[in-house]
Amino acid sequence: MSTTGSPAKATDTSFDAFGFIARFAPLIFLLVLMAVFAIVEPRFLSSINLFNVMRQVSITGLLAIGMTFVILTAGIDLSVGSLLAFAGLVAAAVAKGGMQDRFTVGDDAVGYGWQLAALAAIAVGLAGGYIQGFAITRFKVPPFVVTLGGMSVFRGAALLFAAGGPISGFDKAFTWWGQGKIGPVPVPVIIFLVAAIVAHIVLRYTRFGRRVYAVGGNPEAARLSGLNVTGIICSVYVIMGFFAGLGAFVLAARLNSAEAVAGTGYELTVIASVVIGGTSLFGGAGTIFGTVVGSLLIGVLLNGLVLMNVSSYIQQIIIGVIIVLAVAFDTFAKSRRKRG
Amino acid sequence: MPPAVTLMQTEPAEFAPLLRMSGISKSFPGVKALESVDFAVGAGEIHAFLGENGAGKSTLLKILSGAQAPDTGTISLDGKATVFATPQDAQRAGIVTIYQEFTLAPDMSIAENVFVGRELGSRFFVNHGLMEEETRKISRRIGLDREPSTRVRDLAVAEQQMVEIARALSMKSRIIVMDEPTSALSRSEVEKLFTIVRGLKAEGISTIFVTHRLEEVFEICDRYTVLRDGRNAGAGRVPETSIEGIIRMMVGRDVGLLAHRQGSFTQSEVALEVKGLNRKRKATDASAIELHDVSFKVHKGEILGLAGLVGAGRTESARAIFGADPLDSGEVIVGGTPARIASPSDAIAQGIGLVPEDRKQQALFLGLAIRTNLSMAAHDHISGWGPFISAARETALVEDYRRKLNIRMTSGEQLVGNLSGGNQQKVVLARWLALRPNVLIVDEPTRGIDVGAKVEVHNLLIEMAREGIAVIVISSELPEVLSLADRIVTMREGRVTGNVPGPGATQEQLMTLMTMSAPKAA
Repeated sequence: MSTTGSPAKATDTSFDAFGFIARFAPLIFLLVLMAVFAIVEPRFLSSINLFNVMRQVSITGLLAIGMTFVILTAGIDLSVGSLLAFAGLVAAAVAKGGMQDRFTVGDDAVGYGWQLAALAAIAVGLAGGYIQGFAITRFKVPPFVVTLGGMSVFRGAALLFAAGGPISGFDKAFTWWGQGKIGPVPVPVIIFLVAAIVAHIVLRYTRFGRRVYAVGGNPEAARLSGLNVTGIICSVYVIMGFFAGLGAFVLAARLNSAEAVAGTGYELTVIASVVIGGTSLFGGAGTIFGTVVGSLLIGVLLNGLVLMNVSSYIQQIIIGVIIVLAVAFDTFAKSRRKRG
Repeated sequence: MPPAVTLMQTEPAEFAPLLRMSGISKSFPGVKALESVDFAVGAGEIHAFLGENGAGKSTLLKILSGAQAPDTGTISLDGKATVFATPQDAQRAGIVTIYQEFTLAPDMSIAENVFVGRELGSRFFVNHGLMEEETRKISRRIGLDREPSTRVRDLAVAEQQMVEIARALSMKSRIIVMDEPTSALSRSEVEKLFTIVRGLKAEGISTIFVTHRLEEVFEICDRYTVLRDGRNAGAGRVPETSIEGIIRMMVGRDVGLLAHRQGSFTQSEVALEVKGLNRKRKATDASAIELHDVSFKVHKGEILGLAGLVGAGRTESARAIFGADPLDSGEVIVGGTPARIASPSDAIAQGIGLVPEDRKQQALFLGLAIRTNLSMAAHDHISGWGPFISAARETALVEDYRRKLNIRMTSGEQLVGNLSGGNQQKVVLARWLALRPNVLIVDEPTRGIDVGAKVEVHNLLIEMAREGIAVIVISSELPEVLSLADRIVTMREGRVTGNVPGPGATQEQLMTLMTMSAPKAA
């Protein structure tokens, strides 16, 4: 059992090689995939297409950043898509100044402005996240169950709020957040990358970030080290909620519309992005960098398959298989680490 | 009624055992758990299997039950050599082990538990009626007066144990190994268990009885085997020995090896006092260990040893003081003022630290760097601007303790999981020292670490006492307690049974306090 007196042996070199591959596997896979698509379909490498891929990725990428915090604590959030739809509708209603003008399309339908709309979306996200985090920590219901419930509750709330129809037509200042560009770069891509950098800094260099890893890595040791384990767990769901709200705002801006069925199935893509990016579902290990790579990988894969005219049904099958393979790889790497 | 033939009358020379294990050796990386151990049990015999924590009892029992393979040695049953490659092999041969923690499925019925994995019926369908019928027959033999369809969850602990015994009997077992069967039972339940065991004996079924209660050995056992440090320390017929004799066999190692340390740093000021800690067993956690009126105090600069066998309540007391487990009642007084401690962070705020029993499960973040592990409790001391950790301060902290504690590591970025046990323990100690605690509780501080590191950890604990920290050392190794402690509190079954000065105390004296009933009316 104990490896007393044998701290470093010859296994160290092979462990490092394996560790290197394990660490950069998603990135290597992403580059290989891009090379393959570039050869098979030259259009893939055009700058228009690449920015297109990144813009497509940015919404689920934002959610994946939040999901990274959640999964680092060995949690899961299945409600992201539903919460996003609900938050988007609230933001849209605020932007339109109420529900009565919701079908009016165009610049004339200005309500309380994009600032308040964005705040409303984020507030809904934070509240939704907090309620779920509270239920998970206070009533000790597993995150899977709480957020499975949340998935249904928020979707129902969205349908109820929308009363059957979408809310469309925002002013230019609003839609700029989804459709605008700074230079050649789409605004959602910039939001995504800025959020990723901030999240990276928080996880890497702050006390809070440390504690997220600690709670996920060994909750008992974290508690015995005096950490507020329940507070930290609750807060990662609040962070997830924040990103769901932000994502909702950007998505509404990009589509110039918010609807109750928005974000359906996002939980799959988002969780897949995080897991493919190397974050362990067992908690305690993972990076934002990995999540960004994971998000891009899924985006590139879908884009390439579309360019190659692969049916969307088959795309779903491929994504599903890749998720399972990624987790199998994670489990394998973990057992290797234990033996090492 | 006494059995027709007892082996007691035969001479040891003619003793033809049912089970004989000879020359059993077993090593784990860095540890020799068993060295050429012999163990023999006769048919229809109640055999006490004794030894201190870590003497090798569990390893031998695991080999007997087929869970582990011996490095060398043979096992013979009825004079025929056998090999138990898997637990199923051992069970088929009639050797069934009942562990201290029951392996029952709480939401299944008695009958389902008795026949789990060996369900009666046709190829696809389970015949519940037949199973319950069979269970009823066995239950009657051992006096379990419950309907076989009752859910195990609804049974008392003693009844659950009877279900375990019923399961063993349903396997037509010839040898039942009971690991600490009485530790969770009340006196009257123990009587009942003994009646069952005597009944089994009358049927020719042998029982291997592992216990820390030495009185029970003399109450029920025919023969005994004592292990010490992985070797045979004695065996024979119970009537021919005494409690003192067995204690001597259990502890009789070279006591001169670790001399008591020189001098004492005990100051007059009391750093921590606990009064009347109580915790009752909850229905939801029947195997939890109770605490009864645990009281003691520790002064600044004093090293207090907390001695007791597994399950004596030492760890539980420590965890309760630290706020890791709840208490039903009791008072914790820190530096003269009563403290309200509801969580580890409360305890830390009061200047109390705990180095837990199980380094890997309870203290370390094996997937994180040494740096992160070491500073985990001291984030307030290494704060930078706003929410940030100051990398410079953290590096300085790690470097400081690397030097002070002589932690052998390549860099702070190294994963703590890749360190040796001794260096891991130093990282955990450093985590608490970085907080400058008033009271530090260390639970099994040298478990699983090599001899050199052990001495270093001992010197560290003494150094802490010199600096005025009140140190509470929980250890299953009596020599360790004896060499370190200024004062020793002994515990048994959740009660304090002794409070003696460290210098001058002997292993025999402590072992007696740890194994004998408290002089208190039950």
